[in-house]
Amino acid sequence: MSVWIAIGVTAVGCYLVKLLGLSVPAGILESPLVRRLAALVPVALLAALTAQQGFGDGTAPAFDARAAGLGAAAVALLLRAPFLVVVAAAVAVTAGVRALA
Amino acid sequence: MRRVPQQTDSPQRGEREGRADRDVIRDALGVGVAVGLSGFAFGVTAAGAGISLAQTCALSLLVFTGASQFALVTALAAGGGPLTAAAGALFLGTRNAFYGLRLSTLLRLPRGVRAAAAHWVIDETSVVALAQPDRRSARLGFAVTGASLYALWNLSTLLGALGAEALGDMDTWGLDAAGPAVFLALLAPMLRTAVERATAAVAVVLGLGLLPVLPAGVPVLVSALAAPLVLAAHARTAAGKRARRDAERGAGRGEESAR
Repeated sequence: MSVWIAIGVTAVGCYLVKLLGLSVPAGILESPLVRRLAALVPVALLAALTAQQGFGDGTAPAFDARAAGLGAAAVALLLRAPFLVVVAAAVAVTAGVRALA
Repeated sequence: MRRVPQQTDSPQRGEREGRADRDVIRDALGVGVAVGLSGFAFGVTAAGAGISLAQTCALSLLVFTGASQFALVTALAAGGGPLTAAAGALFLGTRNAFYGLRLSTLLRLPRGVRAAAAHWVIDETSVVALAQPDRRSARLGFAVTGASLYALWNLSTLLGALGAEALGDMDTWGLDAAGPAVFLALLAPMLRTAVERATAAVAVVLGLGLLPVLPAGVPVLVSALAAPLVLAAHARTAAGKRARRDAERGAGRGEESAR
């Protein structure tokens, strides 16, 4: 049940945020500080999520095969590989390291 | 993406001629298909996080903004409360409001269409629409990217979730690495300047360091503080640098007049 609550809140909230941008008169959200923060907050969240998912076990930092997988994804990104190739590289290397261990 | 051809000399002419519809549709489909297929990674990740098939598909149908969807299922999988998990997803979704702002003046949608179009205001549709030289192409690019991405994203979400259930133990297949790889792929193009890199570094330290001490899902929310912290620090050092430069310039002038 709590999963459905989370889905409902996220769906309604994300829709309203999208609609807000299309509906408010231009200029209201245009302050340079608000714009810079809005651009930087996703950077912070994505960085924290990457670190927690790649180098954490949910309650503490933890290093395992996923770290190697993320390394492969980073290399793929540097080589400008397409999105799905980046994800596939991470999955394949993680599985490979686990199979060898 | 293909480069937008040079705009014609007068805006009126550009408005009437615009780009060939075929070119706009081709670019839009390219983005829609490539990104739409990555719903597969979301379906797999959601299934691995213990989210049911119906819930996974509901997320792609109703939320339809990738980073928020990934953030929500990973927060729930980590044991975060529903509202904490939703808060992180909403934070990530706020950037869509800023796309909407820029799109509203470009597309000038009638009120009735606006409510429906809002659901498709995401990174990819905005990037395609904003790259067009005139309103007609922008509307076409937005609609084709939105339609193709929405259809494929939901289809591939379903296939990914079904496939993951068939695979059984996700960790053996390394599928628990899909989530962080997606976040990294979304993050990488955003790391353009020192301010963004510093924000990411501070957020990583906060996100990992607070894992043992705060309830699940909360460290991610706290890591958002990296943004105002780094902006404030940047403003101070920029002000300091300016003051130093002014002082040096003043000293330089002093030397010159002495000579």
